[in-house]
Amino acid sequence: MAITTAQSPFRIDPLTGMRIDLKAQALVKINAVLAVVFLLVGGAAGLLVALTRWPAVHLLPADLFYMALTAHGVVALMVWIIFFEMAVIYFCASTVLSCRLATPGWAWVQVVLMTVGAAITAVAILQGNSSVMMTSYVPMDAAPHFYLGLILFAVGALIGCFVFLGTLVIAKEEQTYKGSLPLTVYGCLIAVIIAIFTIASGAIILIPTFLWSLGLIESIDPMMYRVIWWAFGHSSQQINVTAHITIWYTVASLAFGAKPMSEKVSRTAFLLYILFLQLGSVHHLLSDPGMSSAYKIFNTSYMMYMAVLASMIHGLTVPGAIEVAQRRNGYNNGLFEWLRKCPWGNPVFACTILSIIIFGFIGGITGVTMSVEQVNMIIHNTIYVPGHFHGTVAGGTTLAFMGLTYYLIPVLFQRELILPWLAKIQPWLFGIGIAVFGVALMGAGTLGVPRRHHDMTFAGQALSFEWPGMAYMMMAVGEIGGVVSVVGGAAFCVIVVGSILVGKKVPADAKCIVAPHADRNADKHIGMGGFEAPGTFVLALTLFVCLVLYYFINFKYLATVWTLA
Amino acid sequence: MATAYTPPEEGWATEPIERTEIIWIVLALSWCLFMFGWMIAWHWIGNQNMNNEAYRTTPEAYAKKVEDFTAKYTVRQDASDPSLPVVAPPPGSDVYLAASRWQWRPVLEFQKGKSYRVHISSLDWQHGFALLPENINFQAYPGYEQVITMTPNKTGTFGIACNEFCGIGHHIMLGRIYVKE
Ligand code: HEM
Ligand SMILES: [Cu+2]
Ligand SMILES: [Cu+2]
Repeated sequence: MAITTAQSPFRIDPLTGMRIDLKAQALVKINAVLAVVFLLVGGAAGLLVALTRWPAVHLLPADLFYMALTAHGVVALMVWIIFFEMAVIYFCASTVLSCRLATPGWAWVQVVLMTVGAAITAVAILQGNSSVMMTSYVPMDAAPHFYLGLILFAVGALIGCFVFLGTLVIAKEEQTYKGSLPLTVYGCLIAVIIAIFTIASGAIILIPTFLWSLGLIESIDPMMYRVIWWAFGHSSQQINVTAHITIWYTVASLAFGAKPMSEKVSRTAFLLYILFLQLGSVHHLLSDPGMSSAYKIFNTSYMMYMAVLASMIHGLTVPGAIEVAQRRNGYNNGLFEWLRKCPWGNPVFACTILSIIIFGFIGGITGVTMSVEQVNMIIHNTIYVPGHFHGTVAGGTTLAFMGLTYYLIPVLFQRELILPWLAKIQPWLFGIGIAVFGVALMGAGTLGVPRRHHDMTFAGQALSFEWPGMAYMMMAVGEIGGVVSVVGGAAFCVIVVGSILVGKKVPADAKCIVAPHADRNADKHIGMGGFEAPGTFVLALTLFVCLVLYYFINFKYLATVWTLA
Repeated sequence: MATAYTPPEEGWATEPIERTEIIWIVLALSWCLFMFGWMIAWHWIGNQNMNNEAYRTTPEAYAKKVEDFTAKYTVRQDASDPSLPVVAPPPGSDVYLAASRWQWRPVLEFQKGKSYRVHISSLDWQHGFALLPENINFQAYPGYEQVITMTPNKTGTFGIACNEFCGIGHHIMLGRIYVKE
């Protein structure tokens, strides 16, 4: 059904009852499709890298390895994620608020700039003289267009942020919603605020670096570069965290009719990200010269680790909200009936729950531990670091985005998923693959294996160092996990692209897929022992115990190395 | 009923917080405060800390220091590569280690249980000091000279790898520290 207002045509989606601005829909679609295409490219580069770091395979020669690794970092982390985030913020601002998108023309400028920027940087990388890794630490230099592409890409993303903000203003003025912003949109707003700070930091560092690569600026101080680059690099990860947590909340509502346990708590936790997370970039510089311990400790913790607190809160409240909804809907027996009765075969749910688990147990626990000033010395720049952040960006963010994509295909593309059996196992392939990859790489990193390294055997070198057999084994196991996750990632791309191209059209009279609020236990007390979500509480305590144990294990290990003062 | 994607019910800001959340927040916050305290405490109770002593320098000035230091304390040529001098500074002294594409020089020899003020800096790009198998890691910049007092607590042959990507020879960048009784 299509209705038209003075401003912009809308349609009412049969599956969700949502009022969808068709111009916004086109923009969400194009951003999501570009994102998935780039995920495919990034994943292919990831496969090449993984097959090279698997000692028994050692696929690529050094120059191609470093080129593929630069491409993988840039394309997977920046291009795939940020294109998808553009889709998310447009969707949330327009569709969730039933509002028309502000300045669709500018949104198309965003699409074009980001695409052109990504293409320019990709060309620079493939030309071979810009294998500098996504961090491009000075004074190592890339070709000027490597930086130029990134700058254009960032300008595009900034335009997208303003389109989002403009849409919020319109929604408010035209009163398309009542009261406060929905949590979903509020989360996006937080992400966009962080994004603006992030892009500003990126501009402050990349523009001078671009000029330096052209010979217009004499030199760039390496410490200043790292401080500002990480103000950009770190806070860009906070955009991802905020975006994927927003998706967790949203999926909990879509799939279970779940209501956030406490809006107040969740919103405050989001706010803590702005106040305490995005400025805390020094945990990337803990083993660098030139900064005092007092500052390092202050910056990483702000004296109380409020950002860690915020993530721990979301980690409890999202599954908690699901538990409460499930209990109200009738699954109120024992600690875990609600969990057993979750739709484990539904890819939207499976992606989301795996994202929560992997982000918490792998990304979260290790992230907290490695950002301790002293523990960082036994982790900094080892392959442990990629182990950790694949738990956050691949297992956490990417998996959550995959889940949302499965949801968007029938709603926005109005197509049914093809290969439902593959969609059922895809989250598990990708999730378990990445989990094995992450954990094994952390094991290798604990033995000291360096990151971004072509040949851990140091073949032919006089001062060569012998690794214990365990280090080789960990690398092999990890990269096998990596290959499995690539298979999962490829399956995702096939399902998405295939569904869009040849999927069955969703009929106009399809029945609503948004979870009903059955509320069979509305009048009864739910939960146990005065806890509404006792199962989640037990799971959260498990995480807590793991975190505490792991934290002290690292200090125990630290205490055995050379004395450092 | 409100969901995450619909506006919250009126009065959300004053709604009481459920017990599950309250207890969790208190627990998590206590742990966060503990972690902050522990990081400071380790500076007193722990033996592995960065003192963050660092100086500005230039690659030329630093190269000169390394050269003088090497000339002064060389004791022999290395058995694995006779072109490399092995430098055995006296305990307590300043030790100058240079990162450059693609080597850590000079090869050092320490005594177990003795302290050395190890200076680390780069002569060109950024590098990463990675002491193996101890797994102690520091970032090395050009233009900044970092000083870390190291006291080996075991004997043996220790490798130094590079763990900050520094170009095509990154993976062949090595150094060595011998620690004897
Ligand atoms: C599809 C499965 C994936 C595999 C098999 C994979 C594999 C790898 C490997 C082997 C490395 C190299 C580690 C090193 O030697 O330092 C790496 C680095 C990296 N990966 Fe992935 N990855 C995957 C997915 C992802 C995703 C989805 C993202 C981002 C959302 C991502 C972001 C990164 C980044 C940022 C780096 C660091 C690059 C650098 O050091 O500059 N990866 N990945
Ligand atoms: Cu190096
Ligand atoms: Cu290197």
